Amino acid sequence: MSLVIDSVAKKFERFPALKGVSLTVPKGCFMALLGPSGSGKTTLLRILGGLEFADLGHINFDGLDWLALPARERRAGFVFQQYALFRHMTVARNIAFGLNIRPRRTRPSRAEIARRVEELLALVQLDGLGKRYPSQLSGGQRQRVALARALAIEPRMLLLDEPFGALDAKVRKDLRHWLRGLHERLGLTTIFVTHDQDEALELADLVAVMNQGRIEQVATPSELRGAPASPFVADFLGQEPAGPGVVPLRTGSRSSPGPRGGESSFQAR
Amino acid sequence: MTGRPRAATEDHPLVKFALCAIAIGFIALFLVMPLATVFSEALAQGWRMAFDALAEPDALAAIRLTLIVAAIAVPCNMVFGLAASWAIAKFDFRGKNLLITLIDIPFSVSPVVAGLVYVLIFGLQGWLGQWLRDHDIKIVFALPGIVLATIFVTFPFVARELIPLMADQGRDEEEAAVSLGASGWSTFFRVTLPNVKWALLYGVLLCNARAMGEFGAVSVVSGHIRGLTNTMPLHVEVLYNDYQYVGAFAVASVLALLALVTLALKSLLEWQFAGEIAASHHH
Repeated sequence: MSLVIDSVAKKFERFPALKGVSLTVPKGCFMALLGPSGSGKTTLLRILGGLEFADLGHINFDGLDWLALPARERRAGFVFQQYALFRHMTVARNIAFGLNIRPRRTRPSRAEIARRVEELLALVQLDGLGKRYPSQLSGGQRQRVALARALAIEPRMLLLDEPFGALDAKVRKDLRHWLRGLHERLGLTTIFVTHDQDEALELADLVAVMNQGRIEQVATPSELRGAPASPFVADFLGQEPAGPGVVPLRTGSRSSPGPRGGESSFQAR
Repeated sequence: MTGRPRAATEDHPLVKFALCAIAIGFIALFLVMPLATVFSEALAQGWRMAFDALAEPDALAAIRLTLIVAAIAVPCNMVFGLAASWAIAKFDFRGKNLLITLIDIPFSVSPVVAGLVYVLIFGLQGWLGQWLRDHDIKIVFALPGIVLATIFVTFPFVARELIPLMADQGRDEEEAAVSLGASGWSTFFRVTLPNVKWALLYGVLLCNARAMGEFGAVSVVSGHIRGLTNTMPLHVEVLYNDYQYVGAFAVASVLALLALVTLALKSLLEWQFAGEIAASHHH
């Protein structure tokens, strides 16, 4: 009853984006994929959503051969970094999209769809904005419309690509707490991609730290803070590698190949 | 120190006036005057003469042929243009730049050359000439040839309008639609098409204007058979060479009117749906 990712690999042209990634996400878990850009976290998320195809590997979800399902049959609620709202539709029609396109047999009645839209608008605290167009909303509001649209299809899991990336710091903080609360109410298995370690450590139940197409460590935020498994993880989290006999040798972390090496040396002053 | 302060980018009033005068003068001399002449020449001997010239069987045949050709060529190019710009804007593949260049060929090649190419391929002495004659298919000097030449000349209009817009919009919204459970068809008809509908309409209007007005390419493949293969622009030429000025200008003014209607339609749509058009360009 969980999501099991087994040695998934993916190449773009000749660039290996994922080099055999294995990861188990317990049901109802709020999981962060944390890593620098180019680490493969977004590729993994897109493979889960069916927007990218894995070259190798298996994914099993709730007993389903996940990779064999076409994207449109997965019911994976995907929230895009730039939201990807349908710009020619009102907020309400955006949210109703996943229901409106169902074949007549399985489509809820008009009244039922309208009711669901109202419910979702209330859930994401956008009551009364159903008639607006996306261009008339703020970034935080668009983000929540995108979330409501993904939730409308009663998704099996929720996939969020840099959910707070395009927002300013203040909105980001508020939305973080709100999203965590929402997750607790819904209990959906949720995976989100981020490059911000604070965000990952503050929000997630489990954090998978990725680097150059591999997973370096999967752990709870407190384990991660206490015992980073590799110099890269320590460096990325802005800490020294733990372990017996490790002398806090400042230059040690700088020699790691992580792209954030520059920042750690700044911190070492 | 009197008067209001001028902005840094604001030019001297005299410069402004001179620029406006040049622009207006140029437009009047090269666009408005010829157009006015067409109408005034057509009506030089009264409305009756102009109407009689249009009611003449050859003129009617030319008008009908032009409308038929446009009615075939424009939908064809709408479909081709949509397909081509969809492929170019939403997918990465080898030879993409080549395809973009190829789409522009009709803009850079002289229409006469285009017509000649069709004669060379489908004409009696052409590559497929013998085979076509054996199977009793007429292309050159008949409707199919005229349609082909028109399609060639008007091919880029729709694609040129759509490619930049589609490329700018990216594929996020399509991906979102698919992840919400939409099929390829419903993604196209509910997301892609509505997002480009104004650009598409604009391209179709331009394409139509050119399809009705095309002279060079059509002239080569039509064979100038009066009442049969003469489109309106060709008919204008025939009449003019026959010194039938009223007739020539009457048909020409119908052509010009069609163009003006196209322009008016476009402005009307832009004015009516200004908000929606703006919304489809910016997120």
